Amino acid sequence: MAVFKKKNGKELAALSTASLPDIVFMLLFFFMVSTTMREVTLNVEIKYPEATQLSKLEKKSLVTFIYAGPPVKQLRHQFGKEAQIQLNDRFASASEIQSYIATEREKMKEADRPKMTVSLKVDKTTRMLTVTEIKQALRKAQALKINYSARSK
Amino acid sequence: MARKVPEINAGSMADIAFLLLIFFLVTTTMDTDKGLQRKLPPMPDNENIDNNTAPPVHKRDVFVVLINSQDQLLVQNEPCDITQLKEKAKEFIANPANKDNLPEKANKYVEGLGREIFLCKKAIISLQNDMGTSYNAYISVQNELARAYDELRDEFCTKEWGKKFADLDQTKQDIVRGDIYPQIISEAEPKNLGGGN
Repeated sequence: MAVFKKKNGKELAALSTASLPDIVFMLLFFFMVSTTMREVTLNVEIKYPEATQLSKLEKKSLVTFIYAGPPVKQLRHQFGKEAQIQLNDRFASASEIQSYIATEREKMKEADRPKMTVSLKVDKTTRMLTVTEIKQALRKAQALKINYSARSK
Repeated sequence: MARKVPEINAGSMADIAFLLLIFFLVTTTMDTDKGLQRKLPPMPDNENIDNNTAPPVHKRDVFVVLINSQDQLLVQNEPCDITQLKEKAKEFIANPANKDNLPEKANKYVEGLGREIFLCKKAIISLQNDMGTSYNAYISVQNELARAYDELRDEFCTKEWGKKFADLDQTKQDIVRGDIYPQIISEAEPKNLGGGN
């Protein structure tokens, strides 16, 4: 028969968790500072192309986004695999871009309007057909400053 | 004598903080918005503008880059790999050996510097893609061309001021960007040639 050791009466001191909130708060602040709020739910899958000569988009308030790419898995049975353009929360055709840019421009301050930048967030597998449609629509809408979103290599 | 205040139990503080942390993790994205900055040409005012009114451009002043629907490159009528594009573009833009088939060079008075510099008069890069070209190929070509300009600007700035382009102040950057090596990339209307679908 095994002999159990008698407990020494000296128990292991409880691990102090007093600093745990501090650590978690630190993490929390890191995430609050380094991330941005998600503004739209993406209905398209975007894998950015890679590039090296990137410049940062400066003022968030001056930037309007246009997304394009194949629909996400949940929407594929409905829209197919072909690349779609997304404005705000829904799919749109290239002809709607002009009015979209106009409404976005209305929301801006008068002084900021000429500085408006359109960020094209386009999936890298998209055909240029779609991108060209967007570009032509932007030219018609007089939104000439654009930014091709890309990931640094 | 002051009464002893009972200590507040801080055991649930961690839970609250975790909850907040998870909320932020879910609702935010790490998107850093970076990209290639470009300017689109304005739409012509009326559709029936006569093409002949455009100033004539010499063939030697234009560097033609074509991308087909298979993402292959044709640079100055020769098939080319994306890795060689930057060097070719650099040679074209600067024309260091003053060759006859590359842009004409002449002494140009640069106001910001107050003296004349031997430069190409006009160096236009013409980029044309197919409807079926992938966006990835398009961006990598744009990126290589931007790299060619950036490296030439850096070389010039190092020679002139001993600094990289990015480290210079705004007025000097404007001189280099506007007068020394202006980035002229002209994009033709895309054609549907290679059965791109």
